[in-house]
Amino acid sequence: MSGNHGDGHHSHPESAVALRARALESLLIEKGLTSSEVVDQVISAYEQDVGPHNGAKVVARAWTDPAFKVRLLADGSAAVAELGFGGALIAVVENTPSVHNLVVCTLCSCYPSALLGLPPTWYKSFAYRSRAVIEPRAVLREFGLELPDSVEVRVWDSSSELRYLVLPERPAGTEGLSEEELAALVTRDAMIGVAKVQATAATAGQAAG
Amino acid sequence: MNGAHDMGGMHGFGPVVREEDEPLWHADWERTVYGMQRAIRARGIINIDESRHGIERMPPAEYLAASYYERWLSSLERNLVDKGIIGEDELVTRTAELAEHPQTPLPQRDDPELRRLMTDQPSGQELYQREGPAPRFAAGDRVVTRNVHPTGHTRLPRYARGKRGTVHAVHGCYILPDAHAHGRGEQPQPMYTVSFEGAELWGPSWEPRERVYIDLWESYLEPNTEESGA
Repeated sequence: MSGNHGDGHHSHPESAVALRARALESLLIEKGLTSSEVVDQVISAYEQDVGPHNGAKVVARAWTDPAFKVRLLADGSAAVAELGFGGALIAVVENTPSVHNLVVCTLCSCYPSALLGLPPTWYKSFAYRSRAVIEPRAVLREFGLELPDSVEVRVWDSSSELRYLVLPERPAGTEGLSEEELAALVTRDAMIGVAKVQATAATAGQAAG
Repeated sequence: MNGAHDMGGMHGFGPVVREEDEPLWHADWERTVYGMQRAIRARGIINIDESRHGIERMPPAEYLAASYYERWLSSLERNLVDKGIIGEDELVTRTAELAEHPQTPLPQRDDPELRRLMTDQPSGQELYQREGPAPRFAAGDRVVTRNVHPTGHTRLPRYARGKRGTVHAVHGCYILPDAHAHGRGEQPQPMYTVSFEGAELWGPSWEPRERVYIDLWESYLEPNTEESGA
C-alpha cells in the first residue's frame, strides 16, 4: 500500500497486519471453519461477476422501459430480481432536473454491492462519511458537480440493510442508443450520486454523423 | 455507542481523496480478511450487527488510525475471541510463530459445505426481514427521534438524535440491530425511512435545499405531538 496517510488507510507496517490476517486464517483453517481454496474460488467468481456493470444494466433498462422504471422505484428489490440480481434489498431513488440524490453510510460503509461490487476507498473514507450529510454540495463540487441552489439535494444515509442506488438522469442526445449502448455510459459514481451520466459516446457519434 | 465510527457531520477530515483506476485490493491480506469475513458470516458464526459492533468497539484512536480492512480484521478477532472460538493467546502465539517462520505454508483443506454456504446465500429478505408488530407510524407522519445515548450498538446516528422529521416510507419489520449485536435475539420492529430538513440537523447556516433520509427503527422514534394536526 502506498500514500494516503491521515485518512485511516494504514498506520502499521503492512507486514504486521498481514501477519495478523495470516495467523487468524491459519487458526480458522485448523479449526475447520474456513478453507483458502474455497474462499479464493468464491471471491474470484465474485470479482468476475459483480461490479458496476450490474447496476448499469438496471439503469439502462429503467431508461428504456417505462413500466420497469415504475416497478423499480416502487420496489427496487423485486425489480432488480427481474434482471437476475435477486436476493438484495434495494431501494432506487431517481434524479430529476429538480432533485439530486446522493448515497452515503455515515456509521460504516454500507453500499449496494449486489449492483456495484466493492466500494471505492473514497466512499469508505472518513472525509466522505463525515461530510456528505452536512455539506453535500461542497462534496459534489469536489467531484466536479456544481448544482444550482434551486436543485434539492437528498442525501440517503444507509443505516439499515436496505441499499440505495441512484437512478441518474438519462443524458440528452442518447435517444438513438440501444439499451446496451446506454448501459456502457452509466458509471459507478453516477449510481452513487457524485456524478451525472455523460453522453460521451453519443455526442461523439453525432459529431461524426 | 458514541464511538469514533459515528462520523456524520464531523469536521476536519479534509477533501475526499479519490484514486484513479483503483484496484479492488491494495494488498493480498485485504482479500484474505474479506474472504474470512464472508466465510464466517456464511457459517452464521458472527452476524452483521455483531460484526459492525466489533468495529465500533475499537478504541477511538485505533479506529481512526486503522485502514478499512484492518478494522474488519480487528472485529473478526474480537468477536471470535469473545465467542470462545479462538483464544487470544492462540492469536498471539500464532502471529509470533509466523513472524519467526514466514514461509510456513497454510494448512490445506477442502470444504464442500463451506462452498455451498458461500454460494447459496440466503436472500436479504431471509436474512434481515421478519414478521413483527404493525407499524405505529404511516408515511407523512411527523416524528421526533429520541435523544438517547446507548452504550451498545445502535443505528441511530448521533447527528440525528432529538430531531424532528417526517416518515417518508414504511418498510415492514427488520431485525433490531441494537438487540442482535448483543445476543439478545432478533426483536424485529417496523423500520422507516425518515426525512429531515438540513436546517433541522445542522442549523440554518449550512447548505440550502438539503434533506437527509435515514432508515430508523420504530423504537428510535416518538410522535411529534408538538406539531400533530399542524
